[in-house]
Amino acid sequence: MRHHLILRVITKILVGPIILYGLYVQFHGDFSPGGGFQAGVIIAVAFTLYGIVFGLRAVYAVLPPWVVHRLMALGLLIYAGVGILNMLSGYEFLNYGAFAPNHPSHGQHLGILWVETGVGITVTGVMIAVFYAFAGRPPRMGDDDW
Amino acid sequence: MAETIINVVLFSMLVLTALALVRMERLFTIVMLAGVFSLLAAMLFVTLDAVDVAFTEAAVGAGVSTVLYLGTIALTARGCKPSVRPSTVPLLVCIITGAVLIWGTLDMPNFGDAEAPAEVHVAQYYLTESVKEIDVPNVVTSILASYRGFDTLGEVAVIFAAGVGVLLIISRMPGQGRRKDKEDS
Repeated sequence: MRHHLILRVITKILVGPIILYGLYVQFHGDFSPGGGFQAGVIIAVAFTLYGIVFGLRAVYAVLPPWVVHRLMALGLLIYAGVGILNMLSGYEFLNYGAFAPNHPSHGQHLGILWVETGVGITVTGVMIAVFYAFAGRPPRMGDDDW
Repeated sequence: MAETIINVVLFSMLVLTALALVRMERLFTIVMLAGVFSLLAAMLFVTLDAVDVAFTEAAVGAGVSTVLYLGTIALTARGCKPSVRPSTVPLLVCIITGAVLIWGTLDMPNFGDAEAPAEVHVAQYYLTESVKEIDVPNVVTSILASYRGFDTLGEVAVIFAAGVGVLLIISRMPGQGRRKDKEDS
C-alpha cells in the first residue's frame, strides 16, 4: 500500500495513541472496563495496522518475529510465576495475599497488576504472531485484484 | 421502553446482517459484514451492561478477526464457488438444531430473574465482599484476576496454545520456507 499517502499519514498519527490507549486499558482495568485481554488486542492492533500500511518488513524492524514468539510465552510465565511466588511464601497458588501479609488488599492489587500484565503480554504476542503468520506468506492476489 | 426499542432494533439488524451474509458471494463484502455483525453484537452487550465483553467483541470480532479474514482471502481466493448440491438436508439440519436450541432456552430463567442460578450462588458474595477483600472498583477485574485467577491462567494457556498451533500450521519459520520453495521449483 505504498501509494496511499493519506493512509500512511493517518497511520503514523494513530499508532502512538492506539498503543497509549492500550496501556490505559491495561493499567486502568481495575477502575474501568478493560484489562489484559482487551489491552493486548488493542496494542496488537497498532502493530497490525502499521504492518498492513507500511509492509511487513517495516514492522519486522520494530518488532521482529522472534521477539513476538518469546512474548507469547513470557506472559504465561509471568502469570504462572506469580502463582509460584505465592507458593514459595507459604500461601496457596495464586493467593495474592502473600505479597503483603499485613495488608491483604494491597497484596491483591499487586497480584492483579502482575497477572493482568502477563495476560496482556501473551495476548499481544499471540495476536501479532497470528497476524505475522498470515501476512508472512506470499499472497496469491495483487493489490488491484480486490 | 426505550431499552426495548433499542433491543428490537439491534436484534433485527443482527438478523438482517446474518441473512445478507448468507446470500453474499463476494468474500470481501462478507468479511466486512461480519465486522458489522460483531459491532452490532458489541452494542447488544453494552445494552446488557456487559461493557468488558462488548469491548472484547469490538476489538477482536470487528478488528483483529477482520484483518485475519482479509489475510486469508489474500492467500486463497476472493469469491466462493457456487454450491451445486441441493441444500435441503443442510437446511433441515439447521432448522432442527435451531428448534432444539430454542426448546432448550425454555428451561432457562427469565431475563433479569433474581432467582436465576447465576444470581443465587457466589455472585452475591462477589458483589458484596469484593470491595472489602480486593478493594478494586471493577468487580469484573477482581473476579477475573483474583477469585477466578486459576481459570484465567487456564484461559491464557489456551490462547498461548492456540497461537502456537497457528504458528506450527501456517507460519513460515526462517529457513523452512526457502527449503520448501526449492522443492517446488
